[in-house]
Amino acid sequence: MNVLWPVQLQPDVNAIATPPAPRRVRDLPGDFAIWIFIYAELLVFGVFFLAYAFARAGNVELFNEHQQFLDRTTGAVNTLVLITSSLFAVRAVEAIRRGAAASCSRWLAMAVMSGGVFVVLKLIEFADKQEQGITLSTNTFYMFYLSLTFFHFMHVLMGMVILSAVAVKAYRGAYSASRHTGVETGASYWHMVDLVWIVLFPLVYVMH
Amino acid sequence: MQYQSQAVAKPYFIAAIGLFVGQILFGLIMGLQYVMGDFLFPEIPFNVARMVHTNLLIVWLLFGFMGAAYFLVPEEAERELHSPKLALALFWIFLIAGALTILGYLLVPYAGLAKMTGNHLLPTMGREFLEQPTITKLGIVVVALGFLYNIGVTILAGRKTVVNLVLLTGLVGLAVFFLFAFYNPENLVKDKFYWWWVVHLWVEGVWELILGSILAFVLLKVTGVDREVIEKWLYVIIAMALITGVIGTGHHFYWIGAPEYWQWWGSIFSAMEPIPFFMMTVFAFNMVNRRRREHPNQAAVLWALGTAVMAFLGAGVWGFLHTLAPVNYYTHGTQITAAHGHMAFYGAYVMIVLTIISYAMPILRGQKAGNRSAQVLEMWSFWFMTVSMVFITLFLTGAGILQVWMQRYSDAPMAFMVVQEKIELFYWMREVAGLVFLIGLIMYVWSFFVKGDERVVASAATA
Repeated sequence: MNVLWPVQLQPDVNAIATPPAPRRVRDLPGDFAIWIFIYAELLVFGVFFLAYAFARAGNVELFNEHQQFLDRTTGAVNTLVLITSSLFAVRAVEAIRRGAAASCSRWLAMAVMSGGVFVVLKLIEFADKQEQGITLSTNTFYMFYLSLTFFHFMHVLMGMVILSAVAVKAYRGAYSASRHTGVETGASYWHMVDLVWIVLFPLVYVMH
Repeated sequence: MQYQSQAVAKPYFIAAIGLFVGQILFGLIMGLQYVMGDFLFPEIPFNVARMVHTNLLIVWLLFGFMGAAYFLVPEEAERELHSPKLALALFWIFLIAGALTILGYLLVPYAGLAKMTGNHLLPTMGREFLEQPTITKLGIVVVALGFLYNIGVTILAGRKTVVNLVLLTGLVGLAVFFLFAFYNPENLVKDKFYWWWVVHLWVEGVWELILGSILAFVLLKVTGVDREVIEKWLYVIIAMALITGVIGTGHHFYWIGAPEYWQWWGSIFSAMEPIPFFMMTVFAFNMVNRRRREHPNQAAVLWALGTAVMAFLGAGVWGFLHTLAPVNYYTHGTQITAAHGHMAFYGAYVMIVLTIISYAMPILRGQKAGNRSAQVLEMWSFWFMTVSMVFITLFLTGAGILQVWMQRYSDAPMAFMVVQEKIELFYWMREVAGLVFLIGLIMYVWSFFVKGDERVVASAATA
């Protein structure tokens, strides 16, 4: 049952007649390999966040001073955009579990487009910083800001590539209600990209 | 042997083992020169012995990789090698060019060799590990191109497996990054920066793909586990190896004049480099535990498990020891580096080549596996070489810790040579461990000549 979206857009009349096969709780959605990958990625970001905290502790004033020049509005908009795109990914998985491949493909396309919005806003932000002559060598704060956001940016691009590939496959009918590991795999990766941003944004842009 | 053309791997493997013996002999000479500075002077000065020791290692590993490719590519692609004749021709070109280069190192003063070979036309010599005359480097490129053409055509025309494609990617990367050996800028910072693109991006980048694919191939053969399972592991391992290894190059940029952010990037990403090696260990043991058959070549299984463990220890753990910038500030260029270098090269690359040789050589000689006595001797040689390498690493680590303490960390640092004298005992112990390694190597070579019960061999060959 969908908990993220309480309002059923299309009332599922078959839901009572044919209850979905019970999933074993310990089953991971998607391919097991992607989870090794997700944990490894989270570990890298986690170490990066720890390094940020460590460096900030030694230089709080510098971090606080330069943090206020970051574009928090764009950051907040991007947060909403990514969370929304994750919702689209959830809808896509839900659609394919019902066997609605075309709908799954559409939701995925919307997730990719939201990712595109994130990328465009981020590029504007990067261009602005570049115009101000800010580089990795400006100071430790900007080093972390640029490294973390750029590294995450590359993950957004990677996620968009994955979701696009899955969307095309879904469109061509490669997935069904019983066989759709690929959709779950792509969605899981996309949620990881989203999750990292949800930590990154308050940490680097807001908290001081 | 499933395909006749796989036979071209044999001379490559034999040459590899021959050069391996040479490498170890020069290692022992150098090890002795650490404590007896004028040993064999002026015939073989320390710098020459070191150059021969490291260059022979690289060359014999390349012979091993090429032999491995010629053996496994036809089997994976399910077709004969595109041109066995080209493979044999390249073998002789590479062997003769390599031998001439080593003789050049030994017989001519290095500056004279540079002059003789026209280094001034395109100066590339005089840099650690890339000491080869420019003309030899060009020869390496020609051999690499011919080799890539040969196996590339075979792979593209045949069955494309993940093992083959990962191997091909690794080998293409090996050739591409070697091209930076020809870039030799005036600026010393830039020179060092791109020098690492050959050295680091080989051993902590593309070579890991070669290692992973050879290991996957051998495990596939000796365990009979589903190809799908092995391929998935291989994908995840190489993806992790590349993510951590490529940006991990930064751990060489801390103190060479590159921007400061490399201290963060290098530390964070290279700290993750042990992960793919750990996964490789889990992978190897997992596959062997899930094996569907008892392969008669137990020696090859031992090598495969051994390389996974030793690569994790040598490359992963000993690499991590000194990879963080604040630690490396003190350990840079000490015996800690030498300890890591020895165990990492042995564990990751020497052992993977010995793994594929162990698996392939009996097949190339018309048997499924070596006879029992030969395998027992080979396994003994495994333990002699591996345990002595552990001790070489531990002694060098001990020497390194003392060196860091006395020469770098203490309030009253001592001069380099004063410290070297104080840690002499460790160098002696390392030399003894090196001699045990040589004994192991002699046993290894001997194992190819051990005759066993002919009936067992015959029945294995028909199996």
